[in-house]
Amino acid sequence: MDAAQSFWATPGGWTLITVLQILAVLGWLLISLAFFMYGDRKIWAGVQMRKGPNVVGPFGLLQSFADLLKFILKEIVIPDGADKTVFLLAPILTFALALVGWAVIPLAPGWVVSDINVGVLYLFAISSLGVYGIIMGGWASNSKYPFLGSLRSAAQMVSYEVSIGFVIITVILLSGTMNLNQIVLKQAGGFWNWNVFGGGLHNLPIALVMIPMSVIFFISALAETNRPPFDLPEAESELVAGYQVEYSSSPFLLFMIGELANIVLMCAMISILFFGGWQAPIDLAFVREWSPTAQSFYGFMWLFLKILFFFFLFAMVKAIVPRYRYDQLMRLGWKVFLPISLVAVILVAAWRVFGQGVG
Amino acid sequence: MALQAIAFYLLSAVTIAAGLGVVSARNPVHSVLLLILAFFSAAGLFVLMGAEFLAMLLVVVYVGAVAVLFLFVVMMLDVDFTSLRQGFARYMPLGAAVAGVLAFEMVAVSAVIANRGQAADSTGPMASAPDVANAETIGRVLYTDYVYFFQAAGLVLLVAMIGAIVLTLRHKPGVKRQVIADQVARTPATGMRVVSVKPGEGIQE
Repeated sequence: MDAAQSFWATPGGWTLITVLQILAVLGWLLISLAFFMYGDRKIWAGVQMRKGPNVVGPFGLLQSFADLLKFILKEIVIPDGADKTVFLLAPILTFALALVGWAVIPLAPGWVVSDINVGVLYLFAISSLGVYGIIMGGWASNSKYPFLGSLRSAAQMVSYEVSIGFVIITVILLSGTMNLNQIVLKQAGGFWNWNVFGGGLHNLPIALVMIPMSVIFFISALAETNRPPFDLPEAESELVAGYQVEYSSSPFLLFMIGELANIVLMCAMISILFFGGWQAPIDLAFVREWSPTAQSFYGFMWLFLKILFFFFLFAMVKAIVPRYRYDQLMRLGWKVFLPISLVAVILVAAWRVFGQGVG
Repeated sequence: MALQAIAFYLLSAVTIAAGLGVVSARNPVHSVLLLILAFFSAAGLFVLMGAEFLAMLLVVVYVGAVAVLFLFVVMMLDVDFTSLRQGFARYMPLGAAVAGVLAFEMVAVSAVIANRGQAADSTGPMASAPDVANAETIGRVLYTDYVYFFQAAGLVLLVAMIGAIVLTLRHKPGVKRQVIADQVARTPATGMRVVSVKPGEGIQE
C-alpha cells in the first residue's frame, strides 16, 4: 500500500494517473456524445412527427456509430487553391478546444482532472478560442460562402462572449470564488441553495436577478455554440452550410463532434454555475453514510441528469424556434443582453456589500 | 522539478519560434495565426511562474478578442505580396537599428535584475503566498494601493471608447431604420382597415 502510494507521488506515477484520468473522461464523453447526437435527432424528429433514425441497431441506437464509419471511410477532399495547412488545422483545433474545456469540470465529488483556482476563467478562455477553428476553416477554404459564414460567426461569438462574461461575474460575486469545485460545494444542501435562487435562503431576494441571468446565459450559450436559432454561420437557406461547405469526411466529422462537445460543455457549465453541479436537489441523510465511491457515482448521476435536461432544452429550441435575422441577433446581444447583465452585476455586487449582513 | 524545466523549455522554444514566424511568414494571415500561438505559449509561461490569473486574462483579452479582430481585418485585405517585398533593403537599416536598441534595453534590464540577487532580496512586488489565490492578491492590491491608477486607466479606456464611437458613427439621411418599439406597439386597429368590396367594383382610394 505504501509502496503504491509513493509510486503515485513520483512525477512518472503522477503523469500516468493524470493520463488515465484524462482517458476516462474522454472515453465517457465521446461515447455519450454518440448518444447525445442520436437523442438530438430523435427529439427533432419527434417534434416534427417523424420517426428519426430507426434502422441501425435497436431503435436506431447505433446510427451515430454507422455515421462515424461512413465519415472515416470517405475520401478527404481538399479544394484546389485552399490553404492546406490551415484548412486541416481548423477542424483539429475546434475538436481539441471542445475537449480541453472538460479538464476543469468537476464531474462528481473528487472527480476532476485539474482542480485549478481560476477554473471559471479557464473555461471562459477556452470557449472564446473556439471561434478560431471556424474563422480558419472559412478563410482557408478559399471560397465565398465559407468566408461569409466565418465572418458572421466571428462577429456573433465575440458579441455574445461579452454577456456570458458578465453573467459569469454575477456567479463569481455570489460564490466568492473562481474555483469550479468550490462553486459547486457552496451550493450544497438543497435546491434552494443553488445559485439560480441566489445561493442560500438569506440571499433569496437576489433570485430575482439570478433567474433572468441563467436564462440569458442559456440563450448566449445557444449563440456561442452556433445552435439554432442563432446558427447564422451555417444557415443552409443562405450560405449552404457556411464555413463547413468545403469540408468532407474526417475533417467534417471533427467539426461536427467539436460542435456537439461544445454544446454538452455549455450544458455542464449551466448546471455547475447555476444549478448546483453534482449536488442533489434534496440532501438525503442516508446518502452521506454511503462509501465515498458510491457518493461520487450518486453525484455524477445528478450532474448527468442536469446535463441531459439542458441538452433536451437545446434540442427543443432547435426544433421549435425559427432562425433569427442577423441584425436582430446583433441587437439582442449588444442592446438587450449587455445592458441587462451589466445592471445585474451592479445589483449583485450591491447586494453582497449592503444587503447581506455578514458573510 | 524536471517536469517544470521541460515545460519551460518547450513553451519558450514555441514562443520564440512563433515570434520568428510572425515576422518571416509570407502570408499575413499566417503571421496573425503564429502571433496567436505566441500569445498562447506566453500564457503557458505565466502559468509556470504561478501567475495563472494573468495567464487567463492574456488568453481571454488578447487571444480571444484582440487577435480575432486582427484576423478579421487581415483576412479581408487583398494584399499584393510582391509590392510588400519592395523597399526591403531601403528600410532594413532603420529596422535593424530599432531592433538593436530594443534588444540592448532588454539585456540591460535583465542584467540589472540578475545582479540584484535573489528574488526574496528584491524590493519589487512579490509573488503571492501559495495558499492565497492569485486573483485575490491582485484584487487586494488593485483596489487599495493602486485604486487611483486603476480608476485613471478606466477613464482613459472610456475616453478611447467614446472617441471611437464618435469617429465612426454616421447618420445618413434617407435610410430606413427598423424601430422595434413602433413595431411592437402596432395593433390591428392602427395597422389594418377592413373594407367590404362590392362585386364588380374595385377599392377606390
